[in-house]
Amino acid sequence: MSKSTLLTCLLGAGIALALLATVMVHGGDFAGAGVVIAIAAWLVLWLACSIWSGVPQNAGGWFGRIRDVGIMLTFGITLIFLWEILCIGFGVPAVLLPAPSLIGARVASSYPLIAGDFVQTVIRAAIPGWAIGSLAGFLTALLCDRCDFLRRGLLPIGNLVSALPMIGLAPILVMWFGFDWQSKAAMVVVMTFFPMLVNTIAGLGEAGAIERDLMRSYGASWSETLLALRLPAAMPMIFNALKINSTLALIGAIVAEFFGTPLVGLGFRISTEVGRMALDTVWACIAVAAVTGSAFYGVLVLAERRVTFWHPSIRQRTQ
Amino acid sequence: MTTNANASRRTSHIRTRLMAGSLGPVTVVSFVLLIIWYSACLPMNSGLPNLENVTGLADRYLAAWNLERPVLPAPHQIIEDIYRTTIATPLLRETADGTVLNARNLLYHAWITLTATLVGFAIGVSLGIALAIAIVNIASLRLSLMPWIVASQTIPILAIAPIIIVALGSIGITGLLPKSIISAYLSFFPVTIGMVKGFNSPDLLQLNLMQTYSASRTVTFTKLRWPAATQMLFASLKVSISISLVGAIVGELPTGAQAGIGSRLLSGSYYGQTVQIWSALVLAAALAAILVAIIGAAERATQRAMGVKPEGYAP
Repeated sequence: MSKSTLLTCLLGAGIALALLATVMVHGGDFAGAGVVIAIAAWLVLWLACSIWSGVPQNAGGWFGRIRDVGIMLTFGITLIFLWEILCIGFGVPAVLLPAPSLIGARVASSYPLIAGDFVQTVIRAAIPGWAIGSLAGFLTALLCDRCDFLRRGLLPIGNLVSALPMIGLAPILVMWFGFDWQSKAAMVVVMTFFPMLVNTIAGLGEAGAIERDLMRSYGASWSETLLALRLPAAMPMIFNALKINSTLALIGAIVAEFFGTPLVGLGFRISTEVGRMALDTVWACIAVAAVTGSAFYGVLVLAERRVTFWHPSIRQRTQ
Repeated sequence: MTTNANASRRTSHIRTRLMAGSLGPVTVVSFVLLIIWYSACLPMNSGLPNLENVTGLADRYLAAWNLERPVLPAPHQIIEDIYRTTIATPLLRETADGTVLNARNLLYHAWITLTATLVGFAIGVSLGIALAIAIVNIASLRLSLMPWIVASQTIPILAIAPIIIVALGSIGITGLLPKSIISAYLSFFPVTIGMVKGFNSPDLLQLNLMQTYSASRTVTFTKLRWPAATQMLFASLKVSISISLVGAIVGELPTGAQAGIGSRLLSGSYYGQTVQIWSALVLAAALAAILVAIIGAAERATQRAMGVKPEGYAP
């Protein structure tokens, strides 16, 4: 039997077992047996994944080409499936951990509410703050590059500040900029500034001495060298900072809302619904935040591949 | 005349040497920041009622630097507050049950947060290293688990903090452990990513050499992969301890915990006690700096013990 047939059979068997388990657990009569079958389905899918990972990525046929994404998705979906089955099968109280289906239903049923929170936290606070903070960090890094004294003075401070719990500034910023989105955006600016500063300064040092000498022999000015050589060489580090900052931006915007909001926003929703023990709404907010965070990160990764196509870590992938 | 010229040359020489390293520039930049801070105190606080009847720039500044509930406190007020709540307050208190730590002392709150941080850090680092070992040794885990570990960090994990506290509280687990779990959740990631990179850092030549010795997988791991990963280990431990502290502080927010740096931040923001917020912040910053410095010292000691040449040495 060829590998692709075996793989198809295993995946099919796993999915069939999973469906059977779902029906049995949701019916309620055979919950115990359903859990056993669900675990069997998990084992079968796990076996399929480990066989699949032995297939070379550039092998012909669908199972070689979609190997990485396929294994990743199979693993993730299996995890969510097990969560669902174990939650319902063992009757875990929704206060402790609601099943994924409950969370999905909550996202669908309170869609307008969560959409409003999304706009308040992500569109008004996180993204503008991320853009302003990253841009300010980038410009300060350029300034440090022009003036070496400033670089030697600011870089140790920047390194120290990057390790500090900046999130603690949230109550102060709420006091300064008010309860609305301005204080959250300010929090995000403060959190994203230093990672960008430190990474850009490191990135501007990436260009090699030979290339720099070549630029000097062309009589290129500082700005010409920057645009033609050093900025492109710094792009991997700059994208690294942008990716770190995308996570920090969401964390900053959400946690700053724990200290006061105009009654809307993901962080506000989370902190009030936890108080009312409405955990399905809380998990719905987290699911929205998680999808947003992953999408944000994904867009940055795609942009990075377009911009730094020359970098070894990306060339390797496409070969 | 000559002595004068010599003296001025000597001072300029000293100045060049001072400004060549990073100590001089850092001092100058910090000093400038301090001046900006002090001069910002008046514009930031000018809306407060206490300043309405004060005239004259010097008097207004003096008043702005000594307000009781300023919008922006002056640095000396923060230092004063820290002194008042740490050294000037007794650390121990006599109660009916015996001697306990005094909740009025800021160091008590720092201790509460520090224990949660360290327990969470220990859990997170062990989990992180265990995951890295599993991922390096099992190919299907590298393909299936690794992308989800990366994806797990793109979600704002701190948002889960209130849930973990409440969920664990509902089954009777309160106090230190829920906060530590949040710290652990945050701190395992840099360790896993760093250690996977570190374990994979030996090149083919070194791995082949181990094979010619017919070393088993375990021996290759303990004698080659593990030592090769120590540099990455310490780099990721430094990142991990500072976010572990952030996790512990945020973990203290949602339940309105009675103790800890996070609770000082929260109560300060409820009652408008700005100086209290700032001194809690300075304490958190000092704690983070000390923890990172301890790991840095451990790193240098380990490198010395392993015979690594000091920095600047390139093989």
